[in-house]
Amino acid sequence: MKMKSIISMVVISTLVLGFVLFGSKEPVPEKTDDAVQSYKLSNGMKVLVIENHRAPVVVSQVWYKVGSSYEHDGITGISHVLEHMMFKGTEEHPAGEFSEIIAANGGEENAFTGQDYTAYFQKIANDRLELCLELEADRMRNLTLDEKEFLKEIEVVKEERRLRTEDKPTALTYERFNAVAYTNSPYRRPIIGWMEDLDTLAIDDVRQWYKTWYAPNNATLVVAGDVIAKDVFRLAKQYFGQLPVSEIKALKPRREAKQYGTQRLTVEVPAKIPYIVMGYKAPVLTTVEEKWEVYALEVLAGVLDGGSSARLSNNLVRGQQIANSASASYGMSAKHETLFVLSAIPNDAVAIDVLEFALREEVDRIKTQLPDDKELDRVKAQVVAAQVYQQDSIFYQAMEVGMLDTIGLPWQIKDEYVQNIMAVTAEQVQQVANKYLTDEQLTVAVLDPLPIENNTKITGVVPPEGAHHD
Amino acid sequence: MINNPWFSLLSLFMQSKRQQIIGVLCCMTMSIAVNATPQIQTWQTENGAKVLFVPATEIPMLDVRIVFDAGSARDADISGLAVLTNGLLAEGAAGKSSQQIAEEFESVGAQIDNDAMRDMALIGVRSLTESRYLTPAIEILKQVLTQPDFPIDAYQRELNRMKVAVKAKQQSPSELASEAFYKAVFADHPYASPVSGTEESLDRITLGDIKAFYQKYYVASNATVAIVGNVERWQAEEIVKALVSALPAGEKAPALPTVKPLTEAKKIVIDYPSTQTHIYVGQTGMKRGDDDYFSLYVANHPFGGSGFASRLVEVLREDNGLAYSVSSYFLPMRESGIFAMSMQTKTEQTEQALTLLNQELIKYVKNGPEKDELAASMSNITGGFPLNIDSNSKLLEYIAMIGFYDLPTDYLDNFIKNIRSVDVNKINDALTRRVHPDRMVTVIVGKQ
Repeated sequence: MKMKSIISMVVISTLVLGFVLFGSKEPVPEKTDDAVQSYKLSNGMKVLVIENHRAPVVVSQVWYKVGSSYEHDGITGISHVLEHMMFKGTEEHPAGEFSEIIAANGGEENAFTGQDYTAYFQKIANDRLELCLELEADRMRNLTLDEKEFLKEIEVVKEERRLRTEDKPTALTYERFNAVAYTNSPYRRPIIGWMEDLDTLAIDDVRQWYKTWYAPNNATLVVAGDVIAKDVFRLAKQYFGQLPVSEIKALKPRREAKQYGTQRLTVEVPAKIPYIVMGYKAPVLTTVEEKWEVYALEVLAGVLDGGSSARLSNNLVRGQQIANSASASYGMSAKHETLFVLSAIPNDAVAIDVLEFALREEVDRIKTQLPDDKELDRVKAQVVAAQVYQQDSIFYQAMEVGMLDTIGLPWQIKDEYVQNIMAVTAEQVQQVANKYLTDEQLTVAVLDPLPIENNTKITGVVPPEGAHHD
Repeated sequence: MINNPWFSLLSLFMQSKRQQIIGVLCCMTMSIAVNATPQIQTWQTENGAKVLFVPATEIPMLDVRIVFDAGSARDADISGLAVLTNGLLAEGAAGKSSQQIAEEFESVGAQIDNDAMRDMALIGVRSLTESRYLTPAIEILKQVLTQPDFPIDAYQRELNRMKVAVKAKQQSPSELASEAFYKAVFADHPYASPVSGTEESLDRITLGDIKAFYQKYYVASNATVAIVGNVERWQAEEIVKALVSALPAGEKAPALPTVKPLTEAKKIVIDYPSTQTHIYVGQTGMKRGDDDYFSLYVANHPFGGSGFASRLVEVLREDNGLAYSVSSYFLPMRESGIFAMSMQTKTEQTEQALTLLNQELIKYVKNGPEKDELAASMSNITGGFPLNIDSNSKLLEYIAMIGFYDLPTDYLDNFIKNIRSVDVNKINDALTRRVHPDRMVTVIVGKQ
């Protein structure tokens, strides 16, 4: 991993009812600071604006507090399916029109679903922001959810699952690893859903899910770029301010049950290269009692894998030369308890047990010997630099506050991140290693390849009918 | 470090509605608001390297990238040589070990960047501009670039890692399909070989080959330096001088052979135990700076180059639910690159998908875009221009590309004008001359 920032790359990767309330009260601006200016509409929708005048462009993101961790067995993948359906039109703007309008205006758009959130975004010239807000407001409450469209789109989602998971041995292994590592936490379910659940998902399920979660009081608008905050607030009020709220019930805590000893699994599928994933239960900022612990876990991940000079590369890839690649990852920003993950691919003729032993040795070494100051300094230098490099992307900046807010953390903590990382001591790194990286909290998954036979046939063909030019 | 592009944790955690359009976007979708165009400053170093510089003062950071005509097209018969040579630069230089080099970069928060593709090999760094960070970052980059040691242990280790990476491709139906496609389209041209080699070719790479490759191609006359960041012109000149003045002038790499157009349809079928079949249909494409570049670029946009706005997505995905990801693209290169349509679908639907793909192509080549389709594409391309140059990293990509392919330095300024000069007649003319549905390579990887 690269030491980055408060939101871990693991989560951002893809790299997405009820009672009427009139917006009669004049909204009162919340406190603001130099970077993020915030505002709340009278229907409860939050608006966060980051002014950045480098280029005449703007990023608009609407974040909903719903994702795979809100789901239950039997309907897994529904948040992601709904995300697909959000492009299938409203009465005002029928299927396809949203995308057409954005494209004709030179914009880019997409959406992503994570464990704890679903988000929709556009990147567009700064004078077209209003268009995005109008369209987003429309589909927040007025989605058509037509059955015919659903029946086609669910097939697209199944193709997506085949592409991302079924035919990718490492991805499949990781999916099954999660399913075993967590006992009752909702993180044990794949974001894209089990194929068996996608097979039986119905449009009524999706309609219900939309009704339950898509409302202004469960959403946050984040706008970053060449805009003036008060103009954005005015537009937000104009388009989202009149939307009715829903009653959003608080989720149950869904705390992970205690684990009793190391859990193991093997995935046997056609593949060429073995792979190992080891995960230890670890707290996140929202669940931890002593805040410093999560920052120490971030630094611990950095000591192991914060760049090419870090221990896993130095010792396993270069020193012993048993790993083709090895990585450590941990993200402190999530709703529920997570995993501190080590993973590796062996070099040729290296047994997977040897690799597991070596990864465990690295963990033990941290537990028994303090990491030296130079190592910690390197980790910290990279965090400081990354904070500057991130300014190169307004998308990232918007994402950072949107994600924090949606998982239930104050976005202000992003400004304390560097300081909290800098404060971590070698002793604290050792303490969290001893406390959390224990065999009782470990799950180990191994990809054990079955043989693949591939035969290639090359043939001349008759060109398809009509293929010749006239 | 040599990357393992097939292994990414990131993709496991998030699903996105839209397909990722393969990495040609950065260099292909652009248009321009004239006043917003960054001015590219350019000069040549004494030893012959070409430099392109764009000052960007907003953030205290700098990106510098040195690009060589030293991609896998220069492998001769030793496929994988360019990648391994590039990957070994930072694995031992000026007497320092790979560990020392990594420590020196990372202790100042600098991020090294290196890669080798078919045309280009590159190395560069992203650094903070405060001198206590920047000075050491440039110094170590210079050592890596100009004094690599190619130690034998690093050579053996990285070679072994590449062999594993090559083996890993055999468990990816999309990699298998892509490799088979290049092989069939380019036949005996150097673009045909897989960039990171084969198990057989890797076994033949010697340390001597690597050193000879480095000496021949990592020379100033064969280099383009791109630099974007918060430095003044004189500082940029100093940095470039520090980096490349120790390179010998050498010679520019000779012209590559011309890519021969396909003369007949060909079908490659690879049996693979996946649930989906991966499909490529395509042919040779066009060069960077090609006379038909703008016509073909605009032509592809409504067909399969604009995501949801494209015909292929509409027909294959929206109307028929056959694919998550379907697109078409030209990948322009030094010599003719590729034109390809690619998608994946559940194995049982392979024939249906293939028929639709071919039908759409035939129809499009015959009739061209509808008026409103073309208008929508034009406004997307021109209106979307600011998005393509809104960060230092995107600017760096652009100017490195402009320099490397000898495009005019006012390329960005004129882009919109060039796009607007395309009309339906030019498109139809270019499509008829350049795209031949009766001579396509079709690759199918899946259960047979």
